[in-house]
Amino acid sequence: MSVSQPYVSVRGMSFSRGDRLIYNNMDVDFPRGKVTAIMGPSGTGKTTLLRLIGGQLLPDSGSIMVDGHNVPDLSRKDLFDLRRKKMGMLFQTGALFTDLNVFDNVAFPLRVHTDLPESMIRDLVLMKLEAVGLRGARHLSPAELSGGMARRVALARSIAMDPEIIMYDEPFTGLDPISMGMIVKLIRGLNEALGLTSLLVSHDVEESCAIADYLCLLSDGRVIGFGTPEELMNEGNDEVRQFLRGEPDGPVPFHYPADDYRADILAGVN
Amino acid sequence: MLAKLMDKIQAVGRTGTSVIEAIGRGTLLLKNSLLWGGPGSAGFHDLLKQIYSVGVRSLIIIVVAGFFVGMVLGLQGYNILIDFGSEAALGTMVSLTLLRELGPVVTALLFAGRAGSALTAEIGLMKATEQLSAMEMMGVDPFKRVITPRLWAGIISMPILALLFSTVGIWGGAFVAVDMLGIDDGAYWGNMQASVEFYEDVVKGIIKSMAFGVVVTWIAVYQGYDSVPTSEGIGKATTQTVVISSLAVLGLDFVLTAVMLGGV
Amino acid sequence: MRMRYIEITVGAFMVMGVVALVLMAFRVSGLSLQDAGDTYTIKARFENLGGLTERAKVSMSGVTIGRVTKVYLDPEWYSAVVEMEISKSMSTLTKDTSAAILTAGLLGEKYIGLTVGAEDDYLQTGDWIEDTQSALVLEELIGRFLFNKAEEG
Repeated sequence: MSVSQPYVSVRGMSFSRGDRLIYNNMDVDFPRGKVTAIMGPSGTGKTTLLRLIGGQLLPDSGSIMVDGHNVPDLSRKDLFDLRRKKMGMLFQTGALFTDLNVFDNVAFPLRVHTDLPESMIRDLVLMKLEAVGLRGARHLSPAELSGGMARRVALARSIAMDPEIIMYDEPFTGLDPISMGMIVKLIRGLNEALGLTSLLVSHDVEESCAIADYLCLLSDGRVIGFGTPEELMNEGNDEVRQFLRGEPDGPVPFHYPADDYRADILAGVN
Repeated sequence: MLAKLMDKIQAVGRTGTSVIEAIGRGTLLLKNSLLWGGPGSAGFHDLLKQIYSVGVRSLIIIVVAGFFVGMVLGLQGYNILIDFGSEAALGTMVSLTLLRELGPVVTALLFAGRAGSALTAEIGLMKATEQLSAMEMMGVDPFKRVITPRLWAGIISMPILALLFSTVGIWGGAFVAVDMLGIDDGAYWGNMQASVEFYEDVVKGIIKSMAFGVVVTWIAVYQGYDSVPTSEGIGKATTQTVVISSLAVLGLDFVLTAVMLGGV
Repeated sequence: MRMRYIEITVGAFMVMGVVALVLMAFRVSGLSLQDAGDTYTIKARFENLGGLTERAKVSMSGVTIGRVTKVYLDPEWYSAVVEMEISKSMSTLTKDTSAAILTAGLLGEKYIGLTVGAEDDYLQTGDWIEDTQSALVLEELIGRFLFNKAEEG
């Protein structure tokens, strides 16, 4: 378990959806035990990358090593074993099971995967809920939760089996500032307390810079910048800086490619 | 002109391949979820829950419908048979019609509308809210956890519902025939017993409704699992479940009847 | 608590299914329990079956005592052979029992009616009923009636 060895290592990976090439021969490493924020403009396939790492999508070519296992090569059974033992994923909406209450949602993976007695499951669930501050909400149903609370319950559920890596899919979207602050604190806190490797998909520059050890910037199916937030802010190329500073115009043009403006207007007049 | 024609032909071809592709995916789904076992497989309790929501909650509509259908059969049958002076055969007519055809078929149609559409909407919604993906990422196979118990609940519930439909219908027919129209009680039941065969009529009816159970639930879960995860997509999938499974039931009914009667 | 409710209702649902099946078996299709097992087989030869099929009832004085199990044509005699299972409880059919193919009501199904004779020996498994009466075929009846009329006239 050397720190230098990356937890997730992507090599020569290409992926296309329909005719559209989303990743073209991409190489990227995600360091063990760190929070890495995957950022980039909308539509660059950030969530797709998480799904590829989780084995829910298969790449056209290349390898995706997760802690020494090549995900695309795993059999269905081995893939499920790998996910059960090592992976956790927090979905954008929380994806809580609507027919179960908060307690049963968190208990679900424990009940399915272990033969623990009910009293021990109760203790474990309460511990996980306490960690996200929602021990008191255990009897509520998912419909009664606010967006932020639902995401915290989902977080408690994804750490129920003590994973080694957690992937967060847009954890900050649509949250009020207080809930967002809580999630930021939780992601950072869990990473340190449990020694997790965290991958975070977001386009929220400020929050991501605040909690991420590393930023990974994607654009047009390739990595355009990888490093600590400071490094990228100062040394990155124009495209990286434009994204991080949120400048409306730059290497990524404000205008969608179009004919000459003047000619276009005049064409309408004639 | 020629280009237009080519476009039409291409469109037909595309529809054809997509239908075949859907059948293929559906078959894979059936294959992957008929057997229990696998990562995070559902337990006995999940099956009970599904039998409850698919079977028990369809009970009222089935019983009420069965009673009315039986009464209508009694009334119509009486009016037809009285012309031939053979109203004593009413019991035979009502029971055979229900056991061989109306019981399994009408139950399956009602089931498609009541339980099939609900199954599609439920699974579609689970897909839209990423619950199925969340399960996968927890190392739980959604086929085994979500699809398998629902499929089996449908296969188990359908014959029971069909039997109850026929039973209630026969008694509904008896209510009209004996209590309202004054046909002799002994004639109604006696003629019925003389002509209804347990294996030929009752058991074959049960086999039919099992087949319908497989088809309707299969179509329902497939439509849900394969739906476009938006509110529009789920609505469309729900409608398709009812339309496709109703047509499939009627088509399959002809095939099964032909095979069972050995006439074709 | 909720699970308990589900268990109870699903249990009741299953019981209703079984009750319906039992009603179907005994009340609707008139299945009787002693059908199974204890039977013996006898045969009879008929000139014309007139629509008698396998699984037709065999009755005596209107009470069902057995079923037709097999119907085939004897290629030597060119006549129909009917094999029937008779309940063991009716093991005292005399050797000169007669069999007739009858019709239940005007439009009803065909069945075999047995009438006992007066001999001391009883039919055993595989024995033949000698005295048989074929089904009445409507066309033959009409034909005979017309023939008689013609002779009279």
